Amino acid sequence: MSGAASEATGGVSAPPAATGVKRVAIIGNPNTGKTTLFNALTGMSARVGNYPGVTVEKKTGALEPGVELIDLPGTYSLAAHSPDEMVAVNVLHGDQAGEARPHAVVVIVDAGNLQRNLFLLTQVMEVGLPIVVALNMVDAAAKAGVTVDPKALGEALGLPVVPTVASEKKGLDALRAAIRATLKDAPAPKPAWNWPPSLKQEIDALAKGQGIDAFLAGRALIDEGGAAETMLAARRGAAAREALQAARAKVRAAGSPPAKLEIQMRYAWIARAVGPCVSRQPAGPGLTDRLDRVLTHRLVGTLAFVLLMTGVFVTIFIVADPIMGLIDECFGWVGDQITASFAGGAMEGGMLQSLLVDGVVAGVGGVLVFLPQIAFLFLFIALLEDCGYMARAAFLMDRVLRFCGLSGHSFIPLMSSFACAVPGVMATRTIGNPRDRFTTILIAPLMSCSARIPVYAMLSRAFVPADGLHGFLPALVFAGMYFVGIVAAIPVALVLKGTLLKGPTPPFVMELPQYKMPTPRVVWQRVWEASKAFTVRAGTAIFAISIVIWALLYFPHQASIGEDYEARREAVRAAYGDEEKLAEEAKAERQSKLDELDHQEAGAYLRASIMGRMGHWIEPVVRPLGWDWKIGMAAIASFPAREVIVGTLRIIYDLGDEGDDEETAQKQIQDKLQAAEWPDGRKVYNLPVALSIMIFFALCAQCAATLVTIKKEMGSWKWAAFTFVYMTTLAYIGAFATYQIGMMLL
Amino acid sequence: MRLSQCKPGQGGTITQVDGEGAVGQRLMEMGLIEGVSVKVIRVAPLGDPIEVEVQHYNLSLRKSEADRVEVDA
Repeated sequence: MSGAASEATGGVSAPPAATGVKRVAIIGNPNTGKTTLFNALTGMSARVGNYPGVTVEKKTGALEPGVELIDLPGTYSLAAHSPDEMVAVNVLHGDQAGEARPHAVVVIVDAGNLQRNLFLLTQVMEVGLPIVVALNMVDAAAKAGVTVDPKALGEALGLPVVPTVASEKKGLDALRAAIRATLKDAPAPKPAWNWPPSLKQEIDALAKGQGIDAFLAGRALIDEGGAAETMLAARRGAAAREALQAARAKVRAAGSPPAKLEIQMRYAWIARAVGPCVSRQPAGPGLTDRLDRVLTHRLVGTLAFVLLMTGVFVTIFIVADPIMGLIDECFGWVGDQITASFAGGAMEGGMLQSLLVDGVVAGVGGVLVFLPQIAFLFLFIALLEDCGYMARAAFLMDRVLRFCGLSGHSFIPLMSSFACAVPGVMATRTIGNPRDRFTTILIAPLMSCSARIPVYAMLSRAFVPADGLHGFLPALVFAGMYFVGIVAAIPVALVLKGTLLKGPTPPFVMELPQYKMPTPRVVWQRVWEASKAFTVRAGTAIFAISIVIWALLYFPHQASIGEDYEARREAVRAAYGDEEKLAEEAKAERQSKLDELDHQEAGAYLRASIMGRMGHWIEPVVRPLGWDWKIGMAAIASFPAREVIVGTLRIIYDLGDEGDDEETAQKQIQDKLQAAEWPDGRKVYNLPVALSIMIFFALCAQCAATLVTIKKEMGSWKWAAFTFVYMTTLAYIGAFATYQIGMMLL
Repeated sequence: MRLSQCKPGQGGTITQVDGEGAVGQRLMEMGLIEGVSVKVIRVAPLGDPIEVEVQHYNLSLRKSEADRVEVDA
């Protein structure tokens, strides 16, 4: 396969774009500082998008006028098994839909870890594009006693090699110059290694038989079940698969599996040709080794891990919560201003006002309120990832997550979901295996997020005896709600991995990189991109859903209700006479009567709304859960976000959507809930009913933001619908069992 | 001796790797190939996975994966 491009037999790759813009792809192993280098080279011009059809991030930027730099996903090999790796190969080979093939490639390698990094380079050298090698992190390598002679390395590889320290912007000008020179007239590299004849023969025969070039034929033959095989089978049908099987069998018959032959050939060549360019001084245990002795220690390491995660989690709660409260208040204030500006006008209390205040402002607020949590969570994730600790967290937690058929990579996304499933789902991008990633996404919303707390708090304070079990009962109920989600997630994950997302166990072979100081620019960019992606991509859908729910709660808005209450208000006003002449006490009394009428009016509208009627329709469905139509309706109305149920129940019980302060608000709703009765005079609420609602909200998918994010991350509404259906079913069963068993015990 | 049975500090030259399937391929790509020396550095607190040093860098892998690697220790 040496000189792959020249041997191409009717290749399928697209020619470079005819436009004047030159395209340069940058590829490298994870943990080589590739993102830092990309940022340093492109400055503020970087743009982030998605490759169509897959949730792989596409990053491009201008290297200089007329030269575009494309940041390919980090990968250890071109043997593509995941969507990330597939995109990297497809772009290099010119098979990525809508992407013109690059004119040249920058391969970034870690000077301190040259052998393994050069493995990928030798593969890229066979793609048929001119290459510049960025020998990065030469400073850290020197500290560890490793020196690489760039000139000798360049001669051994037959490629331009430029030493760089991307984090300090060193060597960038030389790299730019080398890229410029390469774009001008450099030929494709000529690999100097010889493929084992038994393998080479089969690859060439396959290439000829299938009408593809040697690179693609080689990948299809060697990577069993990989992306190249899938692509070839899709193009050429079952016959291609049979040809592959036959070719593999022939190679095997000659002694070794194809992959082993390829990999041994590369590492052998690297050791022989490149070995002399590297010199190693014996260095004592480095910082990484000393840190890991503590951080992965059986006791101390576990304790440090628990402390760190608790710290992250508590910080998100403590720091993000007030900001979220502030955002809430801001939007509340904007709503009040709008209400005030309508007051007294011809359109007072009209549809436009309600649409603006309860639809638009509340909808935008409902999107933005997620931002603090997303920003803080991604700040921590980016810090942990960039300094190298993330791999240690996966190392420590892998054994635990294997209970659900997952790996250590799923820990951070799942833990994040206890704050909020939206960033949790977004954080699954660090999970390489698509089946593991999808399973993690689908169970993430079962983790009890902070939006459930108001629901738990309202109901447990009203119905769970505060002095039960020596005062521990309320805490126990709270903890139980968190526990329910975790316990439900385990069988769900196992079932998913055994059915819909069935497949071979992916390897958990993971590099433990050297610790380093995080690069502020990289960290900041992660935070910015995550926040932007959520606001722009998920925001519109969440906003639209908020408007729909508003409409269901507003219409038909019968005029007769308004007229009726206006008449009653008028009666109150008439009874008190001129407001100016009243004593303070009477004034307050008058105002509170008017407020009460306002609240009753809001309740009356709500009960008569489409949503109110929907509540009546579904009452037979929710009766077995111990719920009346009001609870059923409040549950539907909380589709945009779980905590909305609190406000909705307040309106139904004529309390207005929020109280003056938290204590009174809780007292008011508590009294109403405790007093609520069925038509036959029985109390609606008791402990089993309250627990049934809490369990329902612990397990249900009443969160538009999460569902929209799932759609974005999994690329299809089908998965969002699946999440909603399975979680609602689970929630219904859980609530049903809780109520029925509770009533039996009572 | 299997790499999975090595204690921290133990290791040797790799004599045989089961390179079948995607897991085998990934192990070899990461540098665990015959003739290369490898050493177990530590074991995770819960007994699995393990951390090894190979090709002058540190790699974590599960015991079930290290089972595929035979060393001459």
